[in-house]
Amino acid sequence: MDACDVRSSPVRVQPFSFYKWAGQDVGRSCILVSISGKNVMLDCGMHMGYNDDRRFPDFSYITQSGRLTDFLDCVIISHFHLDHCGALPYFSEMVGYDGPIYMTHPTQAICPILLEDYRKIAVDKKGEANFFTSQMIKDCMKKVVAVHLHQTVQVDDELEIKAYYAGHVLGAAMFQIKVGSESVVYTGDYNMTPDRHLGAAWIDKCRPNLLITESTYATTIRDSKRCRERDFLKKVHETVERGGKVLIPVFALGRAQELCILLETFWERMNLKVPIYFSTGLTEKANHYYKLFITWTNQKIRKTFVQRNMFEFKHIKAFDRAFADNPGPMVVFATPGMLHAGQSLQIFRKWAGNEKNMVIMPGYCVQGTVGHKILSGQRKLEMEGRQVLEVKMQVEYMSFSAHADAKGIMQLVGQAEPESVLLVHGEAKKMEFLRQKIEQEFRVSCYMPANGETVTLPTSPSIPVGISLGLLKREMVQGLLPEAKKPRLLHGTLIMKDSSFRLVSSEQALKELGLAEHQLRFTCRVHLQDTRKEQETALRVYSHLKSTLKDHCVQHLPDGSVTVESILIQAAAHSEDPGTKVLLVSWTYQDEELGSFLTALLKNGLPQAPS
Amino acid sequence: MTSDRKLYCLSGHPTLPCNVLKFKSTTIMLDCGLDMTSTLNFLPLPLVQSPRLSNLPGWSLKDGNAFLDKELKECSGHVFVDSVPEFCLPETELIDLSTVDVILISNYHCMMALPYITEHTGFTGTVYATEPTMQIGRLLMEELVNFIERVPKAQSASLWKNKDIQRLLPSPLKDAVEVSTWRRCYTMQEVNSALSKIQLVGYSQKIELFGAVQVTPLSSGYALGSSNWIIQSHYEKVSYVSGSSLLTTHPQPMDQASLKNSDVLVLTGLTQIPTANPDGMVGEFCSNLALTVRNGGNVLVPCYPSGVIYDLLECLYQYIDSAGLSNIPFYFISPVANSSLEFSQIFAEWLCHNKQSKVYLPEPPFPHAELIQTNKLKHYPSIHGDFSNDFRQPCVVFTGHPSLRFGDVVHFMELWGSLVSTLSYLQPDFSYLEALAPYQPLAMKCIYCPIDTRLNFIQVSKLLKEVQVSVYPATPAQAHRMDLMIDCQPPAMSYRRAEVLALPFKRRYEKIEIMPELADSLVPMEIKPGISLATVSAVLHTKDNKHVLQPPPRPAQPASSKKRKRVSEDVPDCKVLKPLLSGSIPVEQFVQTLEKHGFSDIKVEDTAKGHIVLLQEAETLIQIEEDSTHIICDNDETLRVRLRDLVLRFLQKF
Repeated sequence: MDACDVRSSPVRVQPFSFYKWAGQDVGRSCILVSISGKNVMLDCGMHMGYNDDRRFPDFSYITQSGRLTDFLDCVIISHFHLDHCGALPYFSEMVGYDGPIYMTHPTQAICPILLEDYRKIAVDKKGEANFFTSQMIKDCMKKVVAVHLHQTVQVDDELEIKAYYAGHVLGAAMFQIKVGSESVVYTGDYNMTPDRHLGAAWIDKCRPNLLITESTYATTIRDSKRCRERDFLKKVHETVERGGKVLIPVFALGRAQELCILLETFWERMNLKVPIYFSTGLTEKANHYYKLFITWTNQKIRKTFVQRNMFEFKHIKAFDRAFADNPGPMVVFATPGMLHAGQSLQIFRKWAGNEKNMVIMPGYCVQGTVGHKILSGQRKLEMEGRQVLEVKMQVEYMSFSAHADAKGIMQLVGQAEPESVLLVHGEAKKMEFLRQKIEQEFRVSCYMPANGETVTLPTSPSIPVGISLGLLKREMVQGLLPEAKKPRLLHGTLIMKDSSFRLVSSEQALKELGLAEHQLRFTCRVHLQDTRKEQETALRVYSHLKSTLKDHCVQHLPDGSVTVESILIQAAAHSEDPGTKVLLVSWTYQDEELGSFLTALLKNGLPQAPS
Repeated sequence: MTSDRKLYCLSGHPTLPCNVLKFKSTTIMLDCGLDMTSTLNFLPLPLVQSPRLSNLPGWSLKDGNAFLDKELKECSGHVFVDSVPEFCLPETELIDLSTVDVILISNYHCMMALPYITEHTGFTGTVYATEPTMQIGRLLMEELVNFIERVPKAQSASLWKNKDIQRLLPSPLKDAVEVSTWRRCYTMQEVNSALSKIQLVGYSQKIELFGAVQVTPLSSGYALGSSNWIIQSHYEKVSYVSGSSLLTTHPQPMDQASLKNSDVLVLTGLTQIPTANPDGMVGEFCSNLALTVRNGGNVLVPCYPSGVIYDLLECLYQYIDSAGLSNIPFYFISPVANSSLEFSQIFAEWLCHNKQSKVYLPEPPFPHAELIQTNKLKHYPSIHGDFSNDFRQPCVVFTGHPSLRFGDVVHFMELWGSLVSTLSYLQPDFSYLEALAPYQPLAMKCIYCPIDTRLNFIQVSKLLKEVQVSVYPATPAQAHRMDLMIDCQPPAMSYRRAEVLALPFKRRYEKIEIMPELADSLVPMEIKPGISLATVSAVLHTKDNKHVLQPPPRPAQPASSKKRKRVSEDVPDCKVLKPLLSGSIPVEQFVQTLEKHGFSDIKVEDTAKGHIVLLQEAETLIQIEEDSTHIICDNDETLRVRLRDLVLRFLQKF
């Protein structure tokens, strides 16, 4: 029986990693989704907290045998942060994957730059071996297919994907993955409140079978953005007023621009003269990307960009490493954001000893990084070469990461109306809290699988088929009749050929297959006590049926026979008994109900005719 | 259902279409083009008082009657209306426009009538357009409104529109269509309100309309964000091809593959000058420009503030140094010049691959950024203000409006018309001789090198063969133009303004969904290799244009102990369909089966066409032929049903 064609295979999701880390993991995103037999890898992140093999996901989880290209139908990258795309060249060039990689245009533009930057720190500065090369980044990017927002991209005949605006960083997108009537939405990182340079994430009521959402800030309901901004400005201002230096470790693109806009407008308003610097050559380049991809920023910036481009900063200058030793106050944005390497770490080492100075961590720091250590209160840091660095400068943490908080996550679930929710990219305890909240409020099941654990969701989609217009119209016309109160049965034949399903009338099915109809007919003899002539008996039958079956077409034909719809009744004389007449009731298999009803009715005899 | 699937043609202009498609109970307006050729009948609106224009003589009838001399002026044998220029709107009477559900815009040139439709017809629907189309369309409208509003004209002529008077006027005024419906320009307020009804869409985005129809914009290769549209239900597909180009200029290339297998293709916006090769025209433009400037003359290029100007600036960027023109200033004068130049740089995703990869560097996709930086290209909102201080000659001026009836171009026509200058007329949408008429006689040299990158008729014929459209396209009628014929089979239908075309469809199927519970209960049976069948008996539900099949309800338990109902209430519903049967009955096996089920005394007789099986004891006769079986028995329901079931064992149900 070849019925499996009409049934579906379930949706399976597997966030994977080799490392047993409380299951859930904020450090790196990489999720495998199987939907109706299609395998899609969502994000390909690396872990910032490690400098060894553990930084990349273990791709042997995907398939033990065979090539990744054969197993995966496509890879989707949600945005350019390295914890979402950092392992991509390793994955495609070193492990080996030649299939399509989908991302938005800004992500495609910016991601190779960040990868190269990261490669330089790892290889050139730390001298790591077995790392991807510049050429590998280029080759990897050749496999990328850029997508527009809301464009439906047909990966193959059955698999389609669609990107939605996610806020968070320039070019960040949420993706809907759809096969037939089954779909999964993957949010990547997103932000439900617009900020100074980006808009809020938005998705339509697409009712996916599953919504996979990040849950970095699963329990936090953050205080108003305005308060956080005021707090930030106050701290920066106080520090520079007392002659201190402020270090703000950031990633070159993302929060950096948000905070630059914030400081720029504050400096302008307060007429401050203290220098603000932005480290690395990326700055200008980064801002240029924002100018060219201004359609991805928020409404206000887009509307006014012709008059005043928000990414042209007056007060913020390029940083030179010699400036770090300059006396007097200054504010420096330096990369990278978690103080795990590079210029931000160098400056931190220089300034850490002075209690007048301040470091402000504006985003989440992964375990293992210097950023994470100082945020968790550590004040003596063991640096390379057994050197111990004493941290006297003030350490501040301010959440400027553009992640959705609990309220935002709930909002998105409300927008998309999924059948179930799966939480990833968060910490177990916080996720559990959110899980309960989602299950209570939306009455949908909510999962939070550990790394390497697989979640399988049964789905039962309806099957789309083509119905022949003739058959449909016949049914619709009957459906319009006033008596059609009880549900109407439609009868037809489903023809399944290759992957096409067509529902046609039985007649058409026979015709298409070149088969003849086999007519099955019944004729029943009903004996009646009647001494009159056959013609009179027929007439009595006619008047009896006419008065009994008001809704049916009863006719008396010239040849003396009676019809009820298509059922034929003839009266004949009995061969032996002249006092008995034989009624021959004849009908086809298709009229069986009425035929057998009529014989039963006639068997009861005819009412006495008024003589 | 037959009243559906019609095309109402509201504009007769071949490149500024406005059609309404009725499709699956959805009313879709395809483009909203504004025919601005009507303005050619009016006198230009000068920015500064023009003695020449204000001293033109009034026009009088042959018999000397001069009652129209206030409204009509004569210039070099042509007659012009001395009034605020008016536009020829799409037909508003052919169909009730308040019933339009959605408007699909294909490019920024084809949306200029939008405010007239959305603000004055009771329209309550949604307009769909891409972001560049909307943004640049806004700039075009803003420019138009600005051009008209900044030179208020007291005079408003209406006498000449009287049908009896219009008959007496010389051509082309005599032949102008629907003059009574011509309207003045809209206001910025109306523009803003109209644009607020636009919902932005991206290429290949599937947009559901009322659950019945899906519309999708596709790249058309003609302008930034320009699109063709697919309008489809599950089994019908209409492609709407508007201004499209196969040439490689700045926009993303045309998506041809998605047009494949359409049932109907509506084709508009083809070039009307198929012999003018755009590359050749650009070359001619550049060499004439160099020649003029070297001789100390100025070059005036009437143009729209967006579109071809980007390509021209790019050509000039590559050309000026080699031609020794580095010191010649280029001026771009338009109230939206700055915005247009800025906007062109931010739509990376809508550009051709070459330009896209520049953005990845990151560099601006268009080289005019560099021309501006190096002061070679300067832009001004108008000739007033800074421009008059910076103005140096000889120079090249790009400015609007291409109709030469309003905008800063009027000023330069008056200023340079009698000098050694060159007018490079590039716009294909206006007849250039008609555009120049009110300036005659002209001393300035006029070069007509129209640049039209839209599909020509040879390209279309090729395209149509490739996309395998089953029913051929509707195009605007072009009388007497053999070069504008499309060679295709079946031949194209053509339309005229205010015509209604019935679109032929050969649809045979409709989408229906089978609920999972029903699907699980189906028993497929392989009839031939690769083909399986399952009979379906199900309940049909139709809601919001969607059809769903659900499992039939379980038969209700008979109310046994209750009092017997009247006979007539038990009459079965004969409309319950029984399946058809197919196959044939092998007599010997059938007889064996009968015997196995306790029938004895069976006799088989051969007949001409088959056999007769006699069950003598039961006084029953079964006629078996190739395609029929007839059971003749006494009125014994149990017996009949037993025999029936035995017969059915040998047959397939459909």
